[in-house]
Amino acid sequence: MEHHSILRVVSKLLIPPMLVYALYVQFHGEYSPGGGFQAGVVFAAAFVLYSLVHGIDALTKVAPPRILHILAGIGVLIFAGTGLVTIALGDAYLGYYALAENPQHAQEWGIVVVELGVGMTVATVMLSIFIAFASHTRKLDNKDW
Amino acid sequence: MMALIEPHLPALQVVIPLVAAPFCMMLGRGGLAWIFASVVSLATFVISIALFAQTYDGTIISYHMGGWAPPIGIEYRVDILNAFVLLIVSGSAALVLPYARSSVAAEIPAERQALFYTAFLLCVAGLLGVTITGDAFNVFVFLEISSLATYALVASGAWANKRALTAAYNYLIMGTIGATFFVIGIGMLYSVTGTLNMADLAVRIADHGDSSTLRMGFVLILLGIGLKLAMFPLHLWLPNAYAYAPSAVTAFLAATATKVAVYVMLRFMFTVLGFDYEFQADTLRMVVLPLAIIAMFAASLVAIFQDDLKRMLAYSSVAQIGYILLGLSLLNETGITASIVHLFNHAVTKAALFMVAGCFIFSAGTSSISKLAGVGRDMPWTTAAFVAGGLSLIGLPLTVGFISKWYLVLATLELGWWPVALMIMASSLLAIIYVWRVVEVAYLQPAPAGVTRKEAPLSMLIPTWIFVGLSVWFGVNAMLTATAAGRAASALIGSSHILWKD
Repeated sequence: MEHHSILRVVSKLLIPPMLVYALYVQFHGEYSPGGGFQAGVVFAAAFVLYSLVHGIDALTKVAPPRILHILAGIGVLIFAGTGLVTIALGDAYLGYYALAENPQHAQEWGIVVVELGVGMTVATVMLSIFIAFASHTRKLDNKDW
Repeated sequence: MMALIEPHLPALQVVIPLVAAPFCMMLGRGGLAWIFASVVSLATFVISIALFAQTYDGTIISYHMGGWAPPIGIEYRVDILNAFVLLIVSGSAALVLPYARSSVAAEIPAERQALFYTAFLLCVAGLLGVTITGDAFNVFVFLEISSLATYALVASGAWANKRALTAAYNYLIMGTIGATFFVIGIGMLYSVTGTLNMADLAVRIADHGDSSTLRMGFVLILLGIGLKLAMFPLHLWLPNAYAYAPSAVTAFLAATATKVAVYVMLRFMFTVLGFDYEFQADTLRMVVLPLAIIAMFAASLVAIFQDDLKRMLAYSSVAQIGYILLGLSLLNETGITASIVHLFNHAVTKAALFMVAGCFIFSAGTSSISKLAGVGRDMPWTTAAFVAGGLSLIGLPLTVGFISKWYLVLATLELGWWPVALMIMASSLLAIIYVWRVVEVAYLQPAPAGVTRKEAPLSMLIPTWIFVGLSVWFGVNAMLTATAAGRAASALIGSSHILWKD
């Protein structure tokens, strides 16, 4: 990988803004276009770019599939668990009004939490799918480029 | 505690297996995951029983997701019809899971079992969601959840037989085409009415009246669901998927997946779509009814010539779906009652039979009929369960199969269509042939020398015999099922916005 300096430099330049942009999309989801799904995809794309430049093994070192699967499950649990919490607080399933006194705040918090779950699941599932496919291809040697 | 939970039962019915699925994956070990999935399926079964008890007298429960009132918000709407189907789905899951332990341990490697049970719970959640929701788009979403889980479950038969992969892929393509047709159809209804809530759709479609967009939507929904429920020429994915899936999966899918699709069909054909009686009735009577009759004969004939027991039963399922479609396309109350009661009756019968096939695979290592010679002496309980289930498949009195056929024949005679009634009886004769073939091989042929086959373990036999017991119990005393089906049928007809009577 040492002699592909352009790829390395460009990826180093791109990956941090991609991650930050993903978080921006994530946390603006409740009042502007965006949200967990889009944010999750952008977040995963940063990791995909990393693995395109440094290889799939480097990616699985950063993000082991087992951890990704568990994070994907936790994302679902955050979403569905929010609903169970609102039931416990006396509202309907996913009835956010129970979360706070102020109805606007209640809705906002509910959406932020739920979108966090969506973002986690989308990002980790995207990566898991990418790793599942990419791990099947033959390893490229540096000379094969 | 109960007072806190009770109003939320419709949501919990779907949420509990859905939340349990990721937990199940994190447990990571086969045994733990199995115990967890079994407990969860029992809990969902208890919820279904509670919902059924609440709706048995005709009450309709409406649950607003997130507190948003319909038609804007998503509504879960439970009446006697979906409570009946919920009971079938969650009951089958609760009975198949105890059976699954030994069967899955033999067919799926230990490190994959937790993922298997995760997919199983997702499939249960999806099927329950399709049944309980009162929102047309939500039906599509849950249909996809259950279907995607099903593709994975079918493909997990690949450790026993690599052909499961092609079967699953085939099912994936056909199922996706079906789901696409269905969602385009819903899009057409939405473009005309601007709503997705089923009850609201029904009112607005009736007010709007006939239009080519609605006709197109009707046909697309019929085709899409037809693919999912294996309506006769669209059934080609089913035999391989059922034959190569792990035994426990086949038993569960045969009891539930097509039944839920039939429920969606009933709901859309009778409650939601009511724009033009002539067109809708003609489509059902001129297209669906002949196809149903062809299915009864063609699929039974093909079943006679199968060597693999699971494939034979799969073709028999296509034929039985023919009876269900025949009932609903007769368009009278008795016919719809026959369809709904057969959902339950066929579910218990087919689950028992596929479990028997699973026992044979577990103990004898094969489901090929020719290799099961003399198995009746080595595995008396398993083979006896097959005979009892087979009698119900044929429709002998004192079994549930008889109850369904009784209502079906009554429905045809009400219309004065006695040739159809004769065809129902003639196709039952074909069932005698394919059931007898197995009985003959199992009891009357000598066992090949040097083959030792032990009786299946109790953990597999007991669930099998519970299904057999149910198929006899509700055949002798059909009060509960027939009353529920009758009320569901009259509720369906009553909720329709066009007159489904001549």
